[in-house]
Amino acid sequence: MSKRNMIAAVFFGIVAGIFVMSALLMHPFGELDESAMDDYIIENTQEETGANNGVTAVVFDYRGFDTLGEATVLFTAVAGVILVFRRLHDD
Amino acid sequence: MTKMSRIVQTITSIMFPFAMIYGLYVIAHGHLTPGGGFQGGAIVASACAMILVAFGSKWTMEKIKEKHLSIFESVGALCFIGLAFFGLIFGSVFFSNYLVGNEMLFGVIPMAGSTAADFNTGGVIPLMNFAVGLKVIAGLFAIVLVMAYATTKLREGKK
Repeated sequence: MSKRNMIAAVFFGIVAGIFVMSALLMHPFGELDESAMDDYIIENTQEETGANNGVTAVVFDYRGFDTLGEATVLFTAVAGVILVFRRLHDD
Repeated sequence: MTKMSRIVQTITSIMFPFAMIYGLYVIAHGHLTPGGGFQGGAIVASACAMILVAFGSKWTMEKIKEKHLSIFESVGALCFIGLAFFGLIFGSVFFSNYLVGNEMLFGVIPMAGSTAADFNTGGVIPLMNFAVGLKVIAGLFAIVLVMAYATTKLREGKK
């Protein structure tokens, strides 16, 4: 076995060990995780944002920056597509 | 993309208003029911893509130019960012919901718990939904229209 293969095998062993360890340490499926954030949002969404739909309240109010980023991604995609196809529809 | 048969065109003409109304409903009721600007905009853009498939890209390009669509998209983006900056002026922080509690424009605060839907709630959220909806409709339809038209032009060039 060459030296290169030895290094690859050791590296692969370490990565596989990390994967197995993280699988063993994973949060058990179906067990409730304690979180203060979701309780806060469920209790205060209606009086703070006035919206009955909590998901929209999170997306457009609590995490407005996230939506701004998404809108920017869409804008960039549209600008790119129009730029690429510009040559074909300029008569 | 060439146009399809008269049967497809007729069915599309019948179905288009319903798809349009459903998409606009999803946008307008984003703060009450599942959905919002992105989802409703995708529905309306799908309805427009249906028109594009049935009637062909040349006919659609004669009716609406992609220049106007990109203007609409920019207007939607500017409205969204403008509403966020108004939060900096009228409220305390960027993206602050300054319209909640003014009892006039989308300012009614609903009772806590599961209550009947009141459209006049949500503060700045419905306005942002309208802005994002306009942006998504114009953006997605511009992408589909430009690609379809370019394909038609390429095919004509080969012949």
